[in-house]
Amino acid sequence: MNLLEGPPAVVAAGVDVFSAALRAQGAEVTDVDWRPPAFGDPADLAALALDPRRAAANRTAVERVLAAGSRLVDVRPAREALGLTDRTLLHSGPPLTWEAASGPMRGALVGACLFEGWASTVEEAEGLLASGAVALDPCHHHSAVGPMAGVTSPSMWTWCLEDPVNGGRAYCNLNEGLGKVLRMGAFGEEVLTRLAWMRDVLGPLLARAVRSMPEPLDVRAVLAQMLQMGDEGHNRNRAGSLMALRELSPALVALDAPSADVAAALRFIGGNEHFFLNLGMPTAKLAMDAARDVPGSTMVTVLSRNGTEFGVQTAGTGDRWFTGPAQTPVGLFLGDYGPEDANPDIGDSAIMETYGVGGFAMAAAPAIVRFVGGTVPDALATTERMYQLALAENPAMAIPVLGFRGAPTGIDVLAVARTGWLPQINTGMAGRVAGTGQVGAGLVQPPRECFEQALAALAQEARAATAV
Amino acid sequence: MSAPAPGPGVRHVSLRGGVYADSVRLMQVSRDVGAREGVRAVLVAMATPLNVELATGMGLAPGEPASPEQLLVGITATDDDALAAAVAAVDTALAERERSRAAADAPPARTVGAALHDLDGASALAVVSVPGPYAALEAADAVAAGRSVLVFSDGVPVEQEVALKRAARQTGVLVMGPDCGTAIVSGVALGFANVVRPGPVGVVAASGTGAQQVSCLLDAAGVGVSHVLGVGGRDLSAAVGGLATLDALAALDADPATERVLVVSKPPAPSVAEAVARTAGSLATPVRSAVLGPGTPDLTAVVEALLADLGVAVPDWPSRPGRRGAPPGAVLKGYYSGGTLADEAMLLAAPVLGDVRSNTPLRPELDLGTDLSARGHVVVDFGDDALTVGRAHPMIDPTLRLEAIERLTASGEPAVLLLDVVLGHGADPDPAAALAPALVAAGLPAVVALVGTEADPQGWSRQADALAAAGAAVFASNAQATRHALDLLGAAR
Repeated sequence: MNLLEGPPAVVAAGVDVFSAALRAQGAEVTDVDWRPPAFGDPADLAALALDPRRAAANRTAVERVLAAGSRLVDVRPAREALGLTDRTLLHSGPPLTWEAASGPMRGALVGACLFEGWASTVEEAEGLLASGAVALDPCHHHSAVGPMAGVTSPSMWTWCLEDPVNGGRAYCNLNEGLGKVLRMGAFGEEVLTRLAWMRDVLGPLLARAVRSMPEPLDVRAVLAQMLQMGDEGHNRNRAGSLMALRELSPALVALDAPSADVAAALRFIGGNEHFFLNLGMPTAKLAMDAARDVPGSTMVTVLSRNGTEFGVQTAGTGDRWFTGPAQTPVGLFLGDYGPEDANPDIGDSAIMETYGVGGFAMAAAPAIVRFVGGTVPDALATTERMYQLALAENPAMAIPVLGFRGAPTGIDVLAVARTGWLPQINTGMAGRVAGTGQVGAGLVQPPRECFEQALAALAQEARAATAV
Repeated sequence: MSAPAPGPGVRHVSLRGGVYADSVRLMQVSRDVGAREGVRAVLVAMATPLNVELATGMGLAPGEPASPEQLLVGITATDDDALAAAVAAVDTALAERERSRAAADAPPARTVGAALHDLDGASALAVVSVPGPYAALEAADAVAAGRSVLVFSDGVPVEQEVALKRAARQTGVLVMGPDCGTAIVSGVALGFANVVRPGPVGVVAASGTGAQQVSCLLDAAGVGVSHVLGVGGRDLSAAVGGLATLDALAALDADPATERVLVVSKPPAPSVAEAVARTAGSLATPVRSAVLGPGTPDLTAVVEALLADLGVAVPDWPSRPGRRGAPPGAVLKGYYSGGTLADEAMLLAAPVLGDVRSNTPLRPELDLGTDLSARGHVVVDFGDDALTVGRAHPMIDPTLRLEAIERLTASGEPAVLLLDVVLGHGADPDPAAALAPALVAAGLPAVVALVGTEADPQGWSRQADALAAAGAAVFASNAQATRHALDLLGAAR
């Protein structure tokens, strides 16, 4: 027992008369800024805190996350990579029906039907989707993630990543760029033309280039580098995208493909500062999937939104979704768009925060904070707050301004309940009307309901397992 | 990095999974370890093809295929000792977390877990006094972090106490409480505790004021304590099974500063008494028990026996004479703030006075209920949980007791007042300031058990003199105070 080895420093939570008495004795005292938990039945909270499996389970879960690697091994159409059948579309967030889908989600689904040639008019596409003739399924149910609407159809090419440590695979479609794009709910001619070029030219080039690389690209290493270069990996991917361009360029050039095609591909990649996002997301997905199904763990494995609902999954509750209404982000708007034009929160990209970067690593990206409506001290304070929700610090994702402290990683549902601090997410904003595209970017949080449900379910499981 | 000097030497090459550090950090580690005496060459790096080639060039090629996720540690040293020390230095350097907090921006810790994390390795313990339903949350943080914790909160469900104490045993830490008011750890007083000189006696206490009484008497005898470890009032119940008592005994037995152990409690559940006795008997350190029950020695007597064990003469326990005798037909009115001291008073009074009624009675049929101003021999524990809901403990807030004295005076019932006043950290900074005028106003004969030390912030003599000036007889020993009150009553009969 280490208790009796000399005068201890004391951490005090509760009435201040005791800390005052300790200070009067010259003892080193740290006061906890304690307040009652923000939510959760006290018996549920205690059942989780006292679950004898919890500490080891959370350690197992977060260690798998920290250990996970990420190698870019292939680029393939979703039909082959994910076994996606005709008349099936993947989307972001928790499960969703056409009836419940928001404007940008509907726009993206319609656009995908047009792109696949399942319908030739918008009305026809809407009819197919409304009748259920086109099946909808979350990306997350297929080891996949997609930014914003996340709509992935069989002919779209996907990045195929592999975790050499835990052996998992994860997939993500290719990023289309900014402005009027399918993932933001736009489905006009320019969107469909671009998707066709990506299918016919970019995808095959990238596939050949990736397969020709002497060593598969270590995507996690690029993500780690980005944080040293002012990106946070969710809303700012400039450095990462340029590094991806640097890594892919020699292989693309060496393909002996038509130079006009190669030039177009290089120009497209170089002109899209979010190109890397679709590589960062499956990297985070690999790590979080490695932590799935650890009984007794209260760590979050998924934060995700479909434009209507926010969904959360945890390591201790498998594939079960805990959902609540998606919130509308707060931030800055492009052109003359305003808050009334913004759709509620959408996209699987909050997998970045689940992994400990994005909003959690805001301190690494002072350049982003003004764009999302904050200040540099806000960014530092945000990351500091997130440390109190996190089970670990990820040494691979070091934040220079915090003395290379590792990013806060592995959100503990119990810590969310106790502090009342909800995970901070940096996000883009889609227009609420189908076909609009991006209207801004900002900050958003999950609705508390998701965590209330997750807490109750975890507590029920803990009681069943341990009879506490 | 220079190539290794040719010639004999010893080598360590290993590949480790699940470890990652950035290349700059690893170069720093390589440089620092390379500067150690007896180390010829070091390469600590992620096992990328480039680094493996570099290692091979240095004669540190891994004997198995390497992957870039692995950490390659290669060291050449002059001899085995230098090599082992260098490997250990690499482990230490890798385990160190780089920290430099932007303190101004960091929000204060919201949980015990976050606060302990920030202390980062310091020898620390936690004190939890949040509302009972949430106390286990904070205490569990400490246990999970491998830290001992004092839980002052009451109202913690017993099954949570058991779960906490079981987890603590597995982690090798101590959970003091719930409902533990007193501890002294290596001279640091936690909760309500007195400034007691350091000494050879370790105290394990299921009773807060009991622990304060014995530690103050040990101080007055010039002996002092090594540690006072509270375990919480329920620890010796059958449900909890003495988990913390047994762990505290083991900890004190292993503590070089502790030569004798004193266990202070009410009578434990029989099964638990047996387990405690068995453990106590197996320790290298002699153990004495003060078990407050019918027919057992009082706390002062046990301290005196312990002093005899130590070969220390029993001193005249500090006291001040009182000025008033008892009126004819007087009854005993014991108004206490400490539950154990109230019990001790009743145990001593019952054989002399017969039945003594109380809100914390010795037998259920003597229960006062809610009528604290009932006539006859009465001992009230104002510190009982039922009377402290929504208000501070009577050691801090004397209001309830002062009101009771006023009501007693107004009733005209002839009585001898028996009171405890507990000094020390956390307690009322000057209890005599309110109590002395109240005693003067009451005009009743009063006897005070003044539990404290000279070094307490309130000062034993200063308080004793103020109370004596108000006419009260004052005793450092509660047993002596009670006997004095009984003598006054006896003289009046």
